Formats: sequence, C-alpha cells, structure tokens
Amino acid sequence: MVSSVVWMIVGMGIVTYLPRMIPLVFLEKLKLPSFLQGVLKNVPYAILGALIFPGVLFIQEELWYGCLGAVVAFLIAYTGVNVIFVVIGSILVLTGVSIYF
Amino acid sequence: MQTSSVIEKPVSQFKQGLNGGLSIAIGYMPVAITYGFLAKATGLSLFETVLMSLIVYAGASQYMALDMIAKSIGVFEVIFTTFIVNIRHMLMSASLNEKVVKERPWKKGIYAFGITDETFSVAAVQKEKLTTGYMFGLTLIAYSSWVCFSGVGYIIGSGLPAVFQEGMSIALYAMFIGLLVPSMKGSLKVVFLALIAAVFNSFFVLFELLSTGWAIVCSTLISAILIESIEVIRNKTGGNSNG
Repeated sequence: MVSSVVWMIVGMGIVTYLPRMIPLVFLEKLKLPSFLQGVLKNVPYAILGALIFPGVLFIQEELWYGCLGAVVAFLIAYTGVNVIFVVIGSILVLTGVSIYF
Repeated sequence: MQTSSVIEKPVSQFKQGLNGGLSIAIGYMPVAITYGFLAKATGLSLFETVLMSLIVYAGASQYMALDMIAKSIGVFEVIFTTFIVNIRHMLMSASLNEKVVKERPWKKGIYAFGITDETFSVAAVQKEKLTTGYMFGLTLIAYSSWVCFSGVGYIIGSGLPAVFQEGMSIALYAMFIGLLVPSMKGSLKVVFLALIAAVFNSFFVLFELLSTGWAIVCSTLISAILIESIEVIRNKTGGNSNG
C-alpha cells in the first residue's frame, strides 16, 4: 500500500520542480514584475514566523514548556552556531527540564 | 586558454562543477542530518524520509512538511504551501537562464531540478557562461549529499533513547528559529516579516478562523505583501525616512 505521505511527497516534488524548470526550459526571457519578485523574496522569512508561532507554544500541555524551548533556541541561535547545534542544544535543555520537573 | 577539443571540454567542466559544489555538499550535511533526524521524530519511515529528499529536494519545505504532518494537516494544504515556498526558485531559474550556454531543453530540464538557494548562489557569481557540464557537476554533488545525509540523520534519530522524547518536541521549532535568527540579526525587514506573519497566524489559529495549513499560507502572504508594499511606498516617498 502506498501511504498518503508518499502521494504528498510526489505532489510536493511536482510543485517544487515546475518553478525550477519552466524558466530554463520554456521561457527564454522571463521578467516578473519587481513587486512580485520582492514578495517572493519575502516569503521564506515570513513563513518561518508563521511556522514558529503559535505552534511552538503547544508542543506540550503546559505553555511554559514551549516558551522555554523557544527562548533557549533563540539564545543558542543568536550566538551564530550551526543550526544542528541549536536543535541539539534545545532538545538537551528541555530534556533536562522534564527530568527535573 | 587554447581551443580545447569538443569531447574533453564537458568532462573538465563537470569536474569544475563538482569542485564548486563541494562546499555546498559539506554545508548540506548538518542540515540534511537534522532533517532525517526530525523525520524520524515525526514518525516517517526511512523510505519516506529519503524519498522526500530524492523527489522534493528543498530543505525549507521538507521541514515545513514534517511540521504539517505532525499537525495532521491535509495533503493539499501541504502541497500548496510547498508551492508558495518554492516558487521563488522561478526567479533563480529565470536569472540563470541568462547565464547558461545554449543547450537542448531536456538537459536544461535535468539540471534545473538541482537549483536551490545555495547552488544558485554559487552558479550566479561565476564570471564565465555556465556550461551544461558545470551545472551537472555542481548540482549532482549537492544533491547526493542532501539525499545521503537525510538517511544518515534518520538512522541517528532511530538510535536515540526514549528519555529524549519530550525534549524532541522542540526540535522542529528549534530548527526554524535556528534558520530565522541569523537572518534577523542583519535585517529589520526580516524581523518584521517573521513577526507580522507570526501575529496573523496566531490570530487565525487561536480564534479558529482558518485551518492550520491555510492560516500559515494566508499569514505568510499577508506579511510578505504588506512588508513589500510598505517598502515600495517608502521608496517612492523619498526613501530616506527612518522608522
């Protein structure tokens, strides 16, 4: 049986490939309006904000747990280390906290 | 340089591409490992995890998909959000199209798959025209690294003791924060983009106005359009105002 996740992956693959391919293969000269270009450049940062809030608050039943995690991740990220250390550091701190409380 | 033979040229160009992509391949390692690790935490199988890297090959939207799977968001919303996030590749592809040598469309269609923020940045700063061999080398090494280390990350995640389970729930968010904060440091615009999207998304979700997936799409677009409009208006009215 093919899971719905596999279909989702195939769909994601198609909608990701098309924007990569169409200008190179079909359009000799594509000029998007500069306003649209600006909006598209903004999307990655905006979506990160939306992905983080309010989701991060609800990772466990108590709100403070997610808040603490977000603050810890923010502080580690602010030091400029690689993303994987932000992830590992936050997990370690929250694991420590859940052992103690 | 002398005029090199037609047969030798693509090979050396391919190697140059591999060299150019090596730093990207190394840079992808931790990101791909983190992705595999999170995919395991989200409950995907190893097959699904590697398949997503094979077929989608776009870091941000793969993380996003994991988050949306964890929230049980509908397939269509995930695909639509992926489209919104990755449509920016169109700009890169269009810009590269001005820089690459003339080539058969199907070959361009193959290396087009390998356009990412990173391969684009490396290709775009090259002084010469980009040959097909170069583009193949550049994209192949980066892609291979992404796919292989996704699997490695999954296996690392599988070996993790159960005591970390509760703490693991922060992993995806830590990842997003880790991606966002470095960009926020240099730019007030990024701060506002993230903040406004976060406020709108919280509003939509907490008042149950939209489902989680559409709330993310709508708040992202509102923020991206709003900030861009403000910037355009400010530039028109002199462009030297601070605030």
